[in-house]
Amino acid sequence: MSDAHDTPAPQQLRVVLAKLGFDGHDRGIKIVARILRDAGMEVIYLGLRQSYMNVVNAVEQEDADAVGLSMHNASHMTLAPKMVDALAAAGLDVPVIVGGIVPDEDLPLLKDKGVAAILGPGASAEEVAQTVRDAVAAMHANTPR
Amino acid sequence: MNGPQVDAVTKQQLRDLSATEIFERALGGERRSLGRLITFVERDAAEAETVAELAHARAGNAHVIGITGAPGSGKSTLTGQLVKLLGEAGKRAAVLAVDPSSPLTGGAILGDRVRMEDVAAPDTFIRSMATRGHQGGLSLAVPGVVRVLDAIGYDPIVIETVGVGQVEVDIAGTADTTVVVATPGMGDSVQANKAGLLELADLFVVNKADRPGATDVRRDLDLMLDLSHVSGQDQRTGMRPEIIMTTALSGEGAPELWDAIERHRIAITGNGQLAARRVGRDIDEVRNRLLADLEGRVDVLLAPGTSPVEVTEVLAAVADRTLSPTTAANRLAARITTL
Repeated sequence: MSDAHDTPAPQQLRVVLAKLGFDGHDRGIKIVARILRDAGMEVIYLGLRQSYMNVVNAVEQEDADAVGLSMHNASHMTLAPKMVDALAAAGLDVPVIVGGIVPDEDLPLLKDKGVAAILGPGASAEEVAQTVRDAVAAMHANTPR
Repeated sequence: MNGPQVDAVTKQQLRDLSATEIFERALGGERRSLGRLITFVERDAAEAETVAELAHARAGNAHVIGITGAPGSGKSTLTGQLVKLLGEAGKRAAVLAVDPSSPLTGGAILGDRVRMEDVAAPDTFIRSMATRGHQGGLSLAVPGVVRVLDAIGYDPIVIETVGVGQVEVDIAGTADTTVVVATPGMGDSVQANKAGLLELADLFVVNKADRPGATDVRRDLDLMLDLSHVSGQDQRTGMRPEIIMTTALSGEGAPELWDAIERHRIAITGNGQLAARRVGRDIDEVRNRLLADLEGRVDVLLAPGTSPVEVTEVLAAVADRTLSPTTAANRLAARITTL
């Protein structure tokens, strides 16, 4: 096989951004969408009130490289692991990155449940973009060929 | 949950499959594989030629509908309503939603899915595409992706583009049925005559028909169409485009729009125009691909460091003002054909 299947160049990363369920705070996710766009990525923006199924569909159809979830209603311990499981059940090995308000003590718990990275308030634009790139790269490195 | 499914394959496993195997999986209903095929075509990857061969042999069945109009005219919402109707009618529709990329960073925010997904039938396939970042350009990527969707069995296929920029207009204009969306408050009848976009329309939609001024827009379009008839310009299609009033947000007028699209499809199928358009479209694609190839050769010819001595001399003469760009181009044109 040629190398064309290999990890896409960072410029071409496609990222699905969504908020799950009842969580109306979308200022943050809009800023993240803009940050990723300005980092040269293609953002598939789903926005508010999405279901796991919507995200799974988008990742499949858009051939996305990563999923970003914005969470501001303390639902992260419930919804983020379920999103990870829903993607895994569909055979979609893409990293899930959580952004928003997550208490420190929850960070290791989320990682244990398969969340690739967590971005809190104050993360710089560069940090946001680099976290996405790293999460995609790590996902490819960890899976045996 | 999602129409036919075969055993899920991970992204990592997809990397170890050949393009032919991925195509077979997509034919079997695996949407993940279809998503990957589209990426190959979009990026003009090494697999793109194999995919194009496999797809072209099977394609040619889907009705391709182009929907275009100004930003904010309600194209995505209207597309969502159409797709909802199509799902209810048992059709397996696909949408290709094209959105602009940032000219500075090449990145893009593709936000059209969100207006379609909730209303669309579960086996609708929606793909977002950014205008930049395609090897060979959008005018090659879009027909390539449409061919794949067609080959896999989606019908109809709706291409949604913002009606700004020649390439986007061209793409919408090469559909089997081109729908141009107008809204109240976008300018008077003179504006309607200025926009070349309008001459490509097979159908007009006046969206946001619940707003003041909608009937004025309809009247202006009607007048413009009368003038097209006077000047003989409507001979391209031989048919006067219908004007459909819609309110995409509520779905009002969407069934009437679908009926009008069907009437157009039946008419152009009957008079031979559909077949002619499709052949023309394929030949245009060959032409566009050759032009892209030629452009690449020109870039190589002019690239500092790699250009032959006589080219460097010609360019230096232009810089010295001893030779005009016109003459320089005429001289170099002969070189390109021998490359």
